[in-house]
Amino acid sequence: STHNIHTNTPKTMMQHQHQHHAGHPNYESQLKPGEVGTGTTIMAIPFDGGVVLGADSRVSTGVYVANRVCDKIAQLHDNIWCLRSGSASDCQALTDYVKHYLSQHAIDVGRPPMVKTAAYLMKRLVYENKDKLLAGVIVGGWDPVEKGSVYNVPLGGACLKMPVAIGGSGSPFIYGLVDSEMAKGPKDKAEALALVKKAVSHAMSRDGSSGGIIRTVVVTSTGNEYEYTSGSDLPYGP
Amino acid sequence: MGLYPTPLSSLLLLLFLQTFLTPVVMSNSRTTRPITTGTSVLGLKYRDGVMLAADTLCSYGSLAKYKDARRLVSIGDASSNCLIGGGGEFSDFQFIVELLQKNALEDRMSGEPTESSAKAVWSYLRAVMYQRRNKMNPLWNDILVAGYDKDEEKAFLGTVDKIGTAFEDDVLATGFGSYLCLPILREKWRADLEEGEARALLEDCLRVLFYRDCRALNRVQIAKATADGVLVSEPYEIETSWDSAAFVSTKGGLEGDGVLVS
Repeated sequence: STHNIHTNTPKTMMQHQHQHHAGHPNYESQLKPGEVGTGTTIMAIPFDGGVVLGADSRVSTGVYVANRVCDKIAQLHDNIWCLRSGSASDCQALTDYVKHYLSQHAIDVGRPPMVKTAAYLMKRLVYENKDKLLAGVIVGGWDPVEKGSVYNVPLGGACLKMPVAIGGSGSPFIYGLVDSEMAKGPKDKAEALALVKKAVSHAMSRDGSSGGIIRTVVVTSTGNEYEYTSGSDLPYGP
Repeated sequence: MGLYPTPLSSLLLLLFLQTFLTPVVMSNSRTTRPITTGTSVLGLKYRDGVMLAADTLCSYGSLAKYKDARRLVSIGDASSNCLIGGGGEFSDFQFIVELLQKNALEDRMSGEPTESSAKAVWSYLRAVMYQRRNKMNPLWNDILVAGYDKDEEKAFLGTVDKIGTAFEDDVLATGFGSYLCLPILREKWRADLEEGEARALLEDCLRVLFYRDCRALNRVQIAKATADGVLVSEPYEIETSWDSAAFVSTKGGLEGDGVLVS
């Protein structure tokens, strides 16, 4: 019998070129050829009175920046927002579905939906289609019952309520920073906003798939405050 | 007694490894894929000589790991006339730099009347890269070689890639730069570009690379080779622009589909 000895032919050498990991799930190899990814850094922190959501703005196909000023913060309802990471098309489709179901649900129950409901809807869609989707989502918002809350819905379709949520390819680089900052105590609105901008800046500085500008939304009972931090005014980096 | 290896079992294991697992275990002198990589290098000839430009980032996959990597190096001493810039595997680039500097030093110590011209370095490097390619163990780099020949009073700019392809031109770029920047450089190039114009043109190209290459940084170096010698600048940051109205406006609102500018 013959033994198949694996040798490095020129073809396999070229194929290996793009498969290096930086120690975390390689979104690039899981995207289909030509599919656009949002290698990303997204972050959300609830505070007393609302939620701060923030994201970078880079959309990459491989190593090309397809959009350097993308808006990854999508509105699901008046006071419920979500942050998108993974495949851009999958996230857009999910957002559209959840928007649709939530608006119907709000009519059915005659009141604004809860953040928990939006997160659960997102989770159902991601979980039931987990073999077809590549989407990591953070749902955050304000409702009169739970006040500010943040739910992380990662790739497999789990749904976890969290005191702070980070996601995307840039998130591994800032776990230490976020853990140490959150350990200092609960945040108010200004501190939460500053922390989101700082942490996302740090992630953008080290992750090749994150970059550009930082978009933030502060969600409170009274409304949504949108802010744009230019790439030249980042707290840290690039 | 435990399961200690006997001389016979060790010999059998060794024979097994040698026969069936040689590529993986025994000889690890093969380059399989780049690990720590630099991105594009740009070069253009101008009125007084030739200029190279590159950023100072070495990426580790998608991680922007080393932000002060020097990818533009002058070969020889201060009065020399050869610059090289390298993208690709950084360890291989350092190997090439050491090799060329060793050669330059040996030439000087052995009393060579003149140092090698940039063109000679380029030819030598092409031979090195091609030989490694033939052994299926390439130095995983794209190199730009630049210099000013004082005797012929002519600037030289040439490139060598990992499989030994070599050519010269007035404007050159490696990596992403060859897609994004060569069109810009070719459009704007003139033989009599002033130093300031040449530098501004290179900075514009580096800015485009920072916007559109995931593995680029806005901290850059420029190097020039002229009749007065070579000069490699210290790294500095280039300005970027993010404030166009279309950028600032949001697209994630309830009414929109998340994509179109409203």
